Amino acid sequence: MTAHIHTAPPSGTSAPPAGKPAGRSRSRSRSRGRFGVHIFLMAVALGFLAPLLLAVYASLRPYEETAQHGYFSFPKSLSFDYYRQAYSDSGMGKYFTNTLLIAVPAVLVTLFLAAFVAFAVSRLRIRGGMILLMFFTAGNLLPPQVLVTPLYVLFLKIPLPWWMSDSLTLYDSYWAIIIVNIGFQVGFCVFVLSNFMRTLPQEILEAAIVDGAGVWTQFWRITLPLCRPALAALGTLEFTWIYNDFLWALIFISNPDKLPITSSLNNLRGQFFTDYNLLAAGSVLVALPTVLVFLLLQRHFIAGLTLGSSKG
Amino acid sequence: MPQKTARRAGRRGPRRFTRRDIAVLGVLLGIPVLLDIFIIWGPTLASIGLSFTSWDGIGDIQWVGGKNYENLVDNYPAFWPAVRHNLLWIAFLGLVATPFGLLLAVVIDRGVRFSRFYQSVLYMPVVLSLAVVGFMAQLILGTDQGVVNTILNNQNDPIDWLGNSDINIWMMMLAASWRHTGYVMILYLAGLKSVDPALKEAAQIDGANARQTFFRVVFPTLRPVNVIVGVITVIEALRAFDIVYAVNKGRNGLELLSVLITDNIIGEASRIGFGSAIAVVLLTVSLGFIVTFLVQELRGARDR
Repeated sequence: MTAHIHTAPPSGTSAPPAGKPAGRSRSRSRSRGRFGVHIFLMAVALGFLAPLLLAVYASLRPYEETAQHGYFSFPKSLSFDYYRQAYSDSGMGKYFTNTLLIAVPAVLVTLFLAAFVAFAVSRLRIRGGMILLMFFTAGNLLPPQVLVTPLYVLFLKIPLPWWMSDSLTLYDSYWAIIIVNIGFQVGFCVFVLSNFMRTLPQEILEAAIVDGAGVWTQFWRITLPLCRPALAALGTLEFTWIYNDFLWALIFISNPDKLPITSSLNNLRGQFFTDYNLLAAGSVLVALPTVLVFLLLQRHFIAGLTLGSSKG
Repeated sequence: MPQKTARRAGRRGPRRFTRRDIAVLGVLLGIPVLLDIFIIWGPTLASIGLSFTSWDGIGDIQWVGGKNYENLVDNYPAFWPAVRHNLLWIAFLGLVATPFGLLLAVVIDRGVRFSRFYQSVLYMPVVLSLAVVGFMAQLILGTDQGVVNTILNNQNDPIDWLGNSDINIWMMMLAASWRHTGYVMILYLAGLKSVDPALKEAAQIDGANARQTFFRVVFPTLRPVNVIVGVITVIEALRAFDIVYAVNKGRNGLELLSVLITDNIIGEASRIGFGSAIAVVLLTVSLGFIVTFLVQELRGARDR
């Protein structure tokens, strides 16, 4: 558990492994081994980046050129034309809006509900808290396909008023995707947040109780502000997961205008002919938001992943 | 510290809640619990029930007993390949991708320059959607202008990496490992950071070499991380879906249990009872691992 305290605060999260040990071993001067390690890591890093770089490279070149010389050849002409075409041909703007309409409420509600459950389990230590924790964690680990069939049938049968869904059912509406994502992701967030909250000093809460604060005040005014690093981490993590989701929309949405961005790539495939360079540009555009979120909020991101796992 | 709070918690009884507190607790715990039952546990039980019926989603539900399971095992040609592929997927992630992630974590944790850069690059694939990964696989492994075939210079007789049903599953597992490795690496890096350096020093003073120190001293203390990584590895392997679906809708050598379930609901003929039977098979395998994980968690919580 001690690890969280080091990982969580937004000050130099992923830097520590570089800092001290490097200095120590340099003084040991095993420079030849060092060199080998760098070559190894460089090679692996290059191998990991290659597919991404290749997709970017392909997207910048006209189809005729790559058709003739293959993707692994020197460029004659480079342009951003495919990006403009991919964006307009696939109607990406609309799909991106759809994704945001799903992801933003889903992330916010998930974090709120999960934070309260975690608070009740690990701060109030209510009776049966452990069972509650297991109940949510186990639910999150089930493969989605196990529940997809009954949910599909159920959603078809649940009516919604016209102002909530033009399909008049929960099926084929954003509500379906939002609700499923919340239900599925709450488990993971409860697990991570309850681990995090256990590291917070209990004294603060006790002082509040002495002052006569109710459960809501203890949660909203006292505990949540302390959880900001964990919430930021989980928020970025959950956003990319929901953004990348593919299965739920495939099953619960039938109107093509409501599909999220991950499905929009299919619009770039022709029936008889597919311009792979155009598809590459589309893929880069689809991947761009998550990569940007990752690069900008890297610290939070990595903290979010490790919060739930390390418990020294 | 944990023991101290536990004792304190024991002293405080449930009587400290006012009526308003109980209302807040009831509503804010009730909503997520009901939601979880509605979205996850209810449908899971329904899946089990439906697996003993025959239903097309519209007409009447007929009880057929274990017939779906018999048909699954005997008359459904895609079933055994799918089971085999799922098991292979678990083995590949567990024996190749996960150890590789651990290796990278250990190397980076020993302290190299630019470690931040390496971490970012190795982790980057994890944020990509599997649908995009599936497409990139086509770009690299395609028959006509794919990079690998161009490098091998065999345009006249290209290897069909994604179409040949003997090879394509391996290519998919490689692509999945590309994402899995970075995830495992980050988890282990955090775990390694929390290992008490005094332990390593003590081992070195006792004359253990680097390898012995790692396998006999450091690795056993990583047990909580090992459990989590193990569960994630298995669950990811059982959940694998998007990537094969993006490549060829999971046909021709890429059958997976998750794909078969989806096919039976949104396919031409919606066979809900039959699809549920496959789901129950998947559920049984997953539950085995989930229960193991929870037992470990409970034990860990008791130690705290």
